[in-house]
Parts: sequence; structure tokens; C-alpha cells
Amino acid sequence: MLNFSKINVLIIYLLFLFIAVFTFLNFQDEDDQLINKKINLGLDLQGGSYLLLEINSDSLVKEKIQSKVIPIKKLLKDNEINYNNFKINENSLFLSIDNIKKFDLLFNSRKDNVVNPYIDNYRSYELEYKKINNNQIEIFFSKFGLLTINNSALKQSIEIVRRRIDDVGTKEPTILQRGEKRILVELPGLKDPERIKALLGKTAQLNFRLVSDNNEFGTEELISEVGEKLNISKRIIMSGENLVDAQPSIQNQNNEPTVSFTLDRLGAQKFGRATTDNVGKRLAIVLDGEIVSAPNINEPITSGNGMISGNFTFQEATDLALLLRSGALPTPLIVVEERTVGPDLGEDSIKSGVISLIVGFILVILFMLYKYKIFGLIANTALIANLLMLIGMLTILEATLTLPGIAGIILTVGMAVDANVLIFERIREELKTEKSIIHAFDSGYTRAKITVLDANITTLIAAIILFAFGSGPVKGFAITLGIGIITTLFTAYFLARHLTSVVVLNNKDKEISI
Amino acid sequence: MTNYNFSSKFKHANILSVTLFFISIILITFKGLNYGIDFKGGTLIELRSNNTEASLIRDVLKNMNLGDINVKKFGKEGDFLIKVEQKEDNNKLIPKIKKNLSDNLNSDVNFRRVENVGPKVSAELLQSGIIAISLSLTAMLFYIWVRFEWQFSIGSIVALFHDVIITLGIFSLLSLEINLSIIAAVLTIVGYSMNDTVVIYDRIRENLGKFHKLDISDIANLSINETLARTIITSITTLLALFSIYILGGEILRGFSFAMILGVIIGTYSSIFVASPILKYFKVSYKTIEKEEEKIVP
Repeated sequence: MLNFSKINVLIIYLLFLFIAVFTFLNFQDEDDQLINKKINLGLDLQGGSYLLLEINSDSLVKEKIQSKVIPIKKLLKDNEINYNNFKINENSLFLSIDNIKKFDLLFNSRKDNVVNPYIDNYRSYELEYKKINNNQIEIFFSKFGLLTINNSALKQSIEIVRRRIDDVGTKEPTILQRGEKRILVELPGLKDPERIKALLGKTAQLNFRLVSDNNEFGTEELISEVGEKLNISKRIIMSGENLVDAQPSIQNQNNEPTVSFTLDRLGAQKFGRATTDNVGKRLAIVLDGEIVSAPNINEPITSGNGMISGNFTFQEATDLALLLRSGALPTPLIVVEERTVGPDLGEDSIKSGVISLIVGFILVILFMLYKYKIFGLIANTALIANLLMLIGMLTILEATLTLPGIAGIILTVGMAVDANVLIFERIREELKTEKSIIHAFDSGYTRAKITVLDANITTLIAAIILFAFGSGPVKGFAITLGIGIITTLFTAYFLARHLTSVVVLNNKDKEISI
Repeated sequence: MTNYNFSSKFKHANILSVTLFFISIILITFKGLNYGIDFKGGTLIELRSNNTEASLIRDVLKNMNLGDINVKKFGKEGDFLIKVEQKEDNNKLIPKIKKNLSDNLNSDVNFRRVENVGPKVSAELLQSGIIAISLSLTAMLFYIWVRFEWQFSIGSIVALFHDVIITLGIFSLLSLEINLSIIAAVLTIVGYSMNDTVVIYDRIRENLGKFHKLDISDIANLSINETLARTIITSITTLLALFSIYILGGEILRGFSFAMILGVIIGTYSSIFVASPILKYFKVSYKTIEKEEEKIVP
């Protein structure tokens, strides 16, 4: 075990240098980078916000099942199937029909089925029905129908979230899908996430509806921005989908912040027709079910340009414009998890992390020197090499360093010497029975090999499981711990062994104690 | 090499271990664990504000009807940690609390950390924590079973349960918070304790092959003594690193490093006084490992 061929020695040291040199990339100037690789700091160290958002597709399902009512009624009428007792109940429709066989044929036809389309990906229809009794049936979304609704809502939400966050202009945001219903948002460097949370918390469904004089059928009562009760028609003249742009502006007459918007061609047509037909009436601008304002229609607006006023502050006008530009979310987003760390706490954490790393490192080094003298020096050299390789590996992988990650490095320092301790103690034992010093060292290394491997693999298993199940900062711990084990094995078994062999072979004739 | 008579103390140690184990189980069952917001849901706010008192903060929050509120000093002078149990919608709750504190405390308030975990997420985090610990125990069991004989596998897993349960028992006794980083600590303890046990087991197996005449108590005793120096030195270096984190690493890592310190001490103890005596109860002898070898090399 003490004989190294020249080529082996070369490989060992080259590999060490190659990995260790990456450590120093972390100290290069921002503008003058040789290779653009460095360890990323986790949100807990650099400060920032982690948000986990969840879509709520239940309300969407309710909406979608309602939108099926008219097509289904039409299908039945067109095919002369009589129906009655048509009821909408939460997520399903109930009705009685006189010819279930015929209905089944139409309902489950794959060709041009507008009511119940066949989803090729899942080999399933969007809707299902079941017989409740003789002629009553219940229609509801199939498992895959629900999945399709959910997935498209999630995809759309991610897109809108991205637009809104980009529009606010934070640096390097991360926006990812997490599971079936969630969106992960990481905003490094953000001190106060409340504005972003407020922007993401609004669906921003905008529509324009006429104010009705009486509470006739098809209206609902909403409270206006000045507190007056208004009957608003449920018929939507035009919605936010028809907006192509929205910007905050200041109305010159009274310096009031407003939002001016531009409509697409279809929107301009609809808006023009409605304003032409209803001059003198009031038009309610409704955002997420609340009236923003309800101005009088003084003259037809056919240009496709308009303005929303509503006692905004300039910030509110800016945010509303941003929301309208980015489009409406299909469902409200709920923040189910938030972790925000201020930049000063992050700095403090780095400081205390680094101090405890240095102190821990020095303590271990002094202890090893005291315990093993010259071989302690070898173990310490291996330890420093280990640290450089660990940080080098983290740099190569561009891993994210978290506060628990720093703890993982310190722990690695404490545990890394174990491999050398195991070997040295074994050699001590061998020296008692073995006359030849070289043989004693040789068999010490050989015999300790299995034990060192066994002992480290167990910790590696723990690190891998932690990596698989841990989240955020804890994952950072698992990464440093896991990589630390691998670099430990390398430095103890190759670097330290070579150094030992140099010491032993050069002192062949002298007494060596360990 | 040292020559302590460990095996004569096995019996007493086992009684101690069993007692501690059951006291821990009783504590965990009846006193319960002090779950942090990671596993219970709720809001945590760390703030820095000079010229204010915990009682003042408490008064401000009391008027908000938030349910259970916990305010305590946290590390340096002027740093406070607030925990609010109310699981209201995050979007509305946090801005409200922040505004209230900023308005009513008579000094600048710096919100250094805000964490909010909803009930659904906390339940999932707890579940995945439990799965991770169970999985790691299973993986260890399996690894030892592959590398050694089944008696060793059982011995090591008993020692691991011993370590994990007693560590949690102490956390329950002292009402220390269990959060995500404690789960990380427990998993690392599992790895560390296993590491210690494996070193002694390796030696026991080697000695079983060497000394056919000695019985398992003597073999265990010999092996523990032979590896004792290593066991102690490694524990010392690991503890040096851990104490350095505990004292200098800041408030956030304190719970984690405390759990690790407990785990390293208990883990070292259990490799000697739990994992090794168990082999005796399974009547492990040189025949045990010979049979195994025959199986592998027919």
C-alpha cells in the first residue's frame, strides 16, 4: 500500500489540483472573471424571499361545469332528447332524460364532440356520467378531465406569475413548478416581498359591465368605490383579455393617477358598440368582483383607448396597470409557505458561519498535531486539501451554499479526520506485532480500508436520503455532507497515504512512532 | 491499547439504556414534542428593534386576536423572535402584523426573518421528515445486513433506535423546538452512530475469526478496547467542530448543533454499550461468521 507508481502520484496530485483550484474562482472579481463558476449563496445567506404558491382549481371546476350547461342543452335539443330537472350542484350537473341509450352514443362519440371532447393524451373523455336511477343522470368531470383543467391552469398561472415578477424587475428570480398544484418562487435579494405577494394574490379578472337601473333578473348588487349600492348587469361587455396594453398615467385636469389602456381590434369593436348604444348610462369597471369605478358614458368610445380612474395613488395605478398588462390568473394563488430573510441577517449568518468554521478547523488541527505529531501534520494537510476539494467540488457543481450547508462543512472537518485516525490507530496496533515498519504501515492501510469504507458509506446513505427528502437549506447540508465524505475518502486514501509513504520510506532506518 | 473491562458493565449499561429509552418514549408520548412552525404551521418573525421589550411586542400583538403568541429574546440585545399560531391566509396576515408592529413600537423595526408555513405544507413536511428517518434506518439495516450477518444488523438498528429516541426524549424533556434542521441532525446522528458501530463490528468480526476460543463477551470487550482510541479521538474532533458551531454559529444553528452534540455522545455510548452486548444475546460466535462465509463461497 505504500508503493506508488509515478503515474499514480501524478494522477492523484493533478486531480487534487484540478478540483481544488476551483475554490479560488469564488474570490475573483465580478467584472474580471476567468471562468464563470462560483458557489451560489442560498436565500438564507444572501437574503431574499422563498414563496410557495398553490392554485385553487376547485373554483375553476365549478366555473367549467357551468360552461357545459348550454352546450349540453343544445346537444339534447338538436337530437330530440327530452330532458327536465336540470340542476347544477357544485361540481356536477343533474338531469333526467328520456333516452339514455341515444344520449350515451352522442356523449361518448369521438368525432367532433364539442360537449365532451376526447383527450388523446390520456385516452379519456373530459366528462363522465353515471346513472342515478331510471332516467336521472349525473354529469361530472372525469379524473383526467380534472387533471387537464388543473394542468392548464397551473401552466397559465406560472406564465402570468413570471410576467408579473419580471415586470416588477427583481434580479434573477426562480419560478418553477412544484408538484401538481404548486409554484415555487425564489426572489434573491428581495427585502420585503409584500408588494410581490400582493401582486400575485390578485387574479386581476377585469370586466366592463353596464349599471342597471333596477334589480331585474341577471344583475347583481355590488358596492361601488364610493360606497353606493349599484345593480350591475351580469352580462360582460368586454373583459381584460381584450387589453393589449395598460400604463399608469396622470390625468392632467386634476393630477389624478389613472390607468390608460389600449384594446385589441375585437375589444375595440365590442367596446365601441356598447358605448354607442348606451350613451348616458353608467359603465362599471369590475376587478375581481369589486367595482373600481362606474363612470358615465358621455360619448361613444370607438378608438380602442380608454382610461380607468378610481381614486388611485400613483403606486396603485402602477400596480393595476401591471396586473392588467400581465393578464388574469385563472385561479387565485395562495401563499402556502413563505421564508424571507433580510440581507443583514444573511450577512450575520455568513459571518458566524465562517467564524465557527475557522475556529472548529483550528481546534481540530491543533488536536491532531498534539495527538499524532508528524502524522498529525499529514492528517492536517489532508484536511486542508479536503476542504479545498470540497469547496472546489461545490464550485464545479455551482451548488447552493446554505447556513446548514456551512454546518455540514464544519461537521465534515470534524469527521474527516476519522479516516486517518482509523488508519493511524490500526498502524499503531500493527507496529506492536510487526517488526518491519514498512510492513506495519502497509498492513495498517490494507486492514483499515474496509472499515473506512463501511464507516463512510453509512454516513453517505444518510446524506443521500436527506438530499432526496430535505428542502431548501437542509438540502444544502446534505450536499456538503455528501460531497465531504467523497473528498474525505480521496484525501485520506490517496493524498495522506502518499504523504505517509514518503515519510516512512525516507526514514526507513530510524524508529518511527505514531 | 487500553484494557478496560467493558463487558462487566454491559448489564448495568443495558438497564440504564432501557430505562432511558422508556422514559423517552413516555416523554414523547405524553409530554410531546415541541414542534416548530415547520411541522405545526404558523408564522415566525425575527425582528431587531432597540428600546423595546418582549412584553411591549406581546401587548401590541395581543390586540390583534392572533391566538397563541410567543415572544422571546433571541440572541443579541434587541433581537426578538415572535411565533404566531394563527393560520390565517398569509397574504393578509403578515402585512397586518408587520404594519402593527412598525406603527406601535416606538423605534425602528427591522424584520430580519419572516417564515410562514400553511397547515397543508407543515403536515407534508412532517410526513416527509418521518419518511426520511424511517427510510434511513431501513437503508442502514439493509446495508449492515449485506455487509455483516443478520445479528449485527439487528444490533446496529437497536442502537440507532436507542440514539434517535433518547435524543428526541431529551428534546421533549427540555421542550426544545423540533424543526427541519433537527430532522437533518437526527439523520446525521443516524449516520454517525452507524459509523461508530460499524468500526467496532468490523473488529468484532475480525476477532471472531482470529480467536475461536474466546466467547462473544470477551471478543466484544477486546474489540471495543482495540478501537477505543479511535472512537474517542473521532468523537472529540467531531465534538470540537460541533461546539464551535454551537457557541459561534449563531442562533439559527443552535438547536441543530445541540441535537448533534447529544447524538454524538449517545451514539458513541450506544456503539459500545448497546450494539455490542446485543451480539451476546444472539449467541454470536465464530461459527456465525463461518456459516456466512460458506454460503458466499461454496
